[in-house]
Formats: sequence, C-alpha cells, structure tokens
Amino acid sequence: MYIIVVGGGEVGYHLSKILLNDGHEVLILEQDASRCERLTEELGAIVHRGDGCEATTLDSVGTGRADMLVAVTDGDEDNLVACQVAKHKFNVPRTIARMTNPNNETIFKALGIDATVSSTNLILAHIEQELPSHPLIPLLKLRSGTFEVVEIKVPPGSDVVGKKIGSFRMPKGSVVLLVIGKEKGPFIPTDDTVLEAEDEVVAITSAENEEAMRAILSGK
Amino acid sequence: MGCSRVGAQLAGMLDAEGHNVTIMDVEPYSFRKLPQTFKGVALVGNGLEDEALKKAGIEEADVFVSTTQGDNRNVMACQIAKHIYHVPKVVSRIYDPIREEMYRNLGLDTVSPTRVVADLLKDRIEG
Repeated sequence: MYIIVVGGGEVGYHLSKILLNDGHEVLILEQDASRCERLTEELGAIVHRGDGCEATTLDSVGTGRADMLVAVTDGDEDNLVACQVAKHKFNVPRTIARMTNPNNETIFKALGIDATVSSTNLILAHIEQELPSHPLIPLLKLRSGTFEVVEIKVPPGSDVVGKKIGSFRMPKGSVVLLVIGKEKGPFIPTDDTVLEAEDEVVAITSAENEEAMRAILSGK
Repeated sequence: MGCSRVGAQLAGMLDAEGHNVTIMDVEPYSFRKLPQTFKGVALVGNGLEDEALKKAGIEEADVFVSTTQGDNRNVMACQIAKHIYHVPKVVSRIYDPIREEMYRNLGLDTVSPTRVVADLLKDRIEG
C-alpha cells in the first residue's frame, strides 16, 4: 500500500518505521527543515518537506494514488484538514486522524474522517487501569461506539459476594465475559459461578449501562 | 471567532448596527482592537472547544463567522458550527485560494482575502 503520513514528529516517525518494516510504500510530509533532515537520515529518502494540508503539496507527492493518509501532527485542526483535502480532492480511500482533544472524536466522525485516534484518551485509559481504587475501568471501546469492554473489581463489602452470577440481573445488553479470581486466576464464568470479593469481572456493556453495571457489582 | 483586525472591525460594525455580537479569542490582549464603542461580549476562549462555543451562545446564534489567522482553525470551527450546531449562516475566512475553493464545493460559505485583494489590486492597476 502507498501510505502518506502527515507530520514527522515522534508519532509520525515511529509509525512510518513500522509501516516500512511491513513493506509498505511510505511518504512523510513534514514542514520543519531540520526535522526533515533527521527523518531522512534515519529512514531514507521518504521525506518531503511541505504542508500536508496544501493541495499543491499533496498533488506533488502523488496523493491521487495513495491508499491511505494518516495525519499525526499535534494540531487537531491540521489533521482534520489534511484528511479532508486527501479525501475530497484526491479521493484517498481511507483517512485516519490523530486528535489531542478527545471531544473532537464525534466532530471528526461527522465530518467524514474514517478513523480517529485520541492519544489523550489512550493515555488516560492506561493510567486508569493502574489506579487500584478505580471501580470501573474501560478497557476497550468497540468501533461502532455503542459497546465497550470494562473491568470491575468486586469490593469486599459488596452485596454480590457469595452470589451466583445468574442470580442478579445485569443491565440490558450487558454480559460478563471473564472473571479473574484472586486465587483461581482467569476463567469463563457460567450462571452458576459464585463471585468472591476482589474478583475482577470483565464485561461487555453499553455506555449508558456502564453506571448501572458498576452499581450492581459494587453492591451499593 | 478570532479578534483579528478583520474580526474586530466586523464585530464593531455589526454591533453598531444593533446586532447582538459575541467575539471570541484565545488571547485577551487582542480585544484592544475592538472599537471603544463596542457594547457586545468579548469572551476569552478557543472556538474549537465545545464548552467555549456553548458559553458564547452558539446554540442560539443566527450567524457564525471565523476570522482567525489559521485557515485550518477557521475551517474546523465553521464545520463544527454548521454540522454540529446547525447555525443557519456560517462564513469562514480562508487565505489559501485552493483550500477555499475545495471547502466552497463542500458547501461552506467562504471568503478568500488572497483572491479578493489580488482581484482588487489587478482592477486598480488596469483601471
């Protein structure tokens, strides 16, 4: 595949390196001259100096035949415009934008960007997983946006301790996928599985039922 | 959005005509460009952020104009105003004539000062 990477910062550099290793044709667009020099030294002659939002620049690097454009500068608006120009002027089939502000996700989707990656959200989610006191940890948001995989730790005082999973009602559309017992380790539960304190429960749920799910398992 | 020279001038003109004007800028110092008589609201905030837009009253606005120095910022703000908040009239300044043409084709109301001024200068030279 021919992939254009807009923005030769840390993300752009590492992404391009991986894509090159996978055997793709990669071109990096970067505005800063010294950054371009360093990228060329590291990765070879795959760097073009220019503004990835400008149609003339995109034209000169053959964007018309690109299979994908990934915009990873640190400016959300620049990533949006680079993707839109690629899409509407050069008919690039797939565009991916990085965002710093997680709130921009809905906007970018509404404006036709195929996929978005929020670096802030990813970092937040990872830190949340490391916080011992956090009752519910979002592990993964499915691409459709309606369902997510979450992890909940059953606190010692919870009403559900000693009860079978089948005996209490989960919110609609929520299913327990996995229980990680403190001693037993991870296993796939049945309706007859009895929950114990400190069990970590991995479940799939919808965003609106997340809170209800947390309330049931923490037993408050 | 954007208390640039053009933004401040436009806000002043609309305000003088009796419209309800709110002008936003990330840099409070730029509000010095507003005319002494300006009676509207000058709000510090980023027009790309939901909260700031709501504070500025975008949900009730009849018109949204973006006049920052950055084409991409203007384009993004105007698309938010048009497609997310459904503001009835949205106008964006876009310096780059190629980008301006593309976003005009995508349905944005746009003005390219580069094109307008170049045309004016050409007329003046020839006329």
